[in-house]
Amino acid sequence: MIAAFIHRAVMQGIPLLFGATGEIITEKSGNLNLGIPGVMYVGGISGVIGAFLYENSLPDKSQANGFLAIMIPLLACLLGSFLMGLLYSFLTTTLRANQNVTGLAITTFGVGLGNFFGGSLIKIVGADVPSISLSTTSRFFSATLPFAKDLGWFGEIFLSYGFLAYLAVIIAIIASLYLKRTRSGLNLRAVGENPATADAAGISVTKYKYTATCVGSMIAGLGGLYYVMDYVSGVWSNDGFGDRGWLAIALVIFTVWKPNFAIIGSILFGGLYIVHNYLNQFFPFIPVDMSTQELIKMAPYVVTVLVLIFNSMRNKRESQPPEALGLPYFREDR
Amino acid sequence: MSTKVKETGREPLFHIVRRTDLPFWKSWLIRIAAVVASLLICAVIIVLVTGDNPIQIYATMIKGAVGSPRRIWALLQGVAMLLCVALAVTPAFKMRFWNIGAEGQVLMGGMGAAACMILFGKTLPAPVVLLLVIVVSILAGALWGVIPAFFKAFWNTNETLFTLMMNYIAIQIVSYFTYIWSSNKGNNVINTINADTHVGWLELPASIDKYGYLLNIIIVAVLTVAMYFYLKYSKQGYEISVVGESENTAKYAGINVKKVIIRTMLISGALCGIAGMLLVSGTDHTITPNTAAGRGFTAIMVSWLAKFNPLFMVLTSLLLVFMEKGALEISTVFGLNDSFAAIITGIIIFFIIGSEFFINYSIKKRQKEVEAK
Repeated sequence: MIAAFIHRAVMQGIPLLFGATGEIITEKSGNLNLGIPGVMYVGGISGVIGAFLYENSLPDKSQANGFLAIMIPLLACLLGSFLMGLLYSFLTTTLRANQNVTGLAITTFGVGLGNFFGGSLIKIVGADVPSISLSTTSRFFSATLPFAKDLGWFGEIFLSYGFLAYLAVIIAIIASLYLKRTRSGLNLRAVGENPATADAAGISVTKYKYTATCVGSMIAGLGGLYYVMDYVSGVWSNDGFGDRGWLAIALVIFTVWKPNFAIIGSILFGGLYIVHNYLNQFFPFIPVDMSTQELIKMAPYVVTVLVLIFNSMRNKRESQPPEALGLPYFREDR
Repeated sequence: MSTKVKETGREPLFHIVRRTDLPFWKSWLIRIAAVVASLLICAVIIVLVTGDNPIQIYATMIKGAVGSPRRIWALLQGVAMLLCVALAVTPAFKMRFWNIGAEGQVLMGGMGAAACMILFGKTLPAPVVLLLVIVVSILAGALWGVIPAFFKAFWNTNETLFTLMMNYIAIQIVSYFTYIWSSNKGNNVINTINADTHVGWLELPASIDKYGYLLNIIIVAVLTVAMYFYLKYSKQGYEISVVGESENTAKYAGINVKKVIIRTMLISGALCGIAGMLLVSGTDHTITPNTAAGRGFTAIMVSWLAKFNPLFMVLTSLLLVFMEKGALEISTVFGLNDSFAAIITGIIIFFIIGSEFFINYSIKKRQKEVEAK
């Protein structure tokens, strides 16, 4: 039962991990992209559109090619979320718009786009199906190692996920090493801490901001893809993704801008997100009704606020947000 | 200049200069051009999606927004509610305090109103309940706003992230109470509160106010004018601008920055509380976790697009609500998903955000060599 709980917690955590890793990279460049929830929706729906078009082009669902079934949604997702990142960068970096306003507009737009195509895709394409249900392509996304089931609790906790889950962990580790160990990562952090100094040192602030935001958006978009194609088995439901995008932003604060912490943090948040389903099983003597569940769902946000307060009071350099987070940088203004 | 270009040979083709001399009418011309451009793009998208004549579609939109007296009233009500939240976030924004927690502050205000109506509706006389509704909802909104301000003032805690998290804490609190107070145990819906007695309802007699929106609209209109004068002519409004321009300047001028931050967020939260009260006690007479309906976020854009001027906010919120109602009508008529409205809103906002660049900056081309000589 505990193995099952951890399994569900990890599955819940993976979209958050993608989102948080993407947002950490973005925020390290000084861009506070509040559009991440929208970007994740767009990533999800782009993957769905790709998969839907692919499935509908097949004369017979059983002929689905595993390589194409994965690559088409994956590339569609990356393209969709890349475009959203590009839009954000263009507005905030080139046109120097306010980051908060732009980010919120991206979220409105992205969530709207996701729900719109989720609700109207069938009508627009004129397909002859009752609802979007991509079980064929989803099967390839959620495929696990064949021997995972035979390994008992070990298999359930560590080996029972689709490939995107492992990709999330790998990306988080790479991001962590990149930020800590490479010159380019150091430059990126310099841009986020003090763009004027970075500029004076010959680092192209614009280039770093654009690259970090676009790459960050693509990573976050994968979180949306994982959610629709694996977690809910390819069945899109409007607003089904819920507030996970904001939870990913909370996770960034919780993990003090460190992608490697985010791996553990995402599982913890994922666990908090679903723990109310298991409380009755773990502690049969404590009565847990629906109302208590709502209070438990509050936990990740309360914990994040406490971390935020604690870090600002302790005022330790390493655990602060990037110094120039959310601030615009115009060379001519100095 | 000319010699310098020759020497380095690497001067970029364009360079961008901040401009301060743009006449007022020109800046509004640019904004209007941006709105028109966005409407054209929206028209192209609508035609691609529905395959219908664009003029017909815009006619559908206008009909959807102002097609009948009921719709006009609903439009005004929508504008009033969005405007009320936008007014609330404006003083904080002018101070460069990024309060993106209006959603939560509105919900807590609504929560306070609903709690008074439910708990005291049967025991206390109606005028007392109404007074409690007003006081408690304002206090609840103010409390939700002042918590992040307190930490910002004393420990410089990042207010954007703090207020964002407070939204979701508020949503969960409301979810909790919608369950506790749900009319039929377990369905998570609170039916119209005090439907028979109207205790705690903020309303005018039906003979004056047929659709029940008039009082809300009047209250928000008064608040709009009051906020305009508060920001422009009061000492506190001036202090807000100074803190927003530069905290150091404010300190040297002897302004108590901590006090200004906390006081301004008290006002911001209290106004959100009023918005919540108008929604719960004045309109819906019930509460759900979705009572604020994203207004807390849209309001930020309304306020920012109007350059924090309460009178212009009337226009920007009218534009957004009008497009939203119109897009809803399109989605109904053409059987599309109603999130279509969010896409249209997004596109318009992107264009207006983008147009600000051309108002604040001018692009200067590199001078040609021939001219330079």
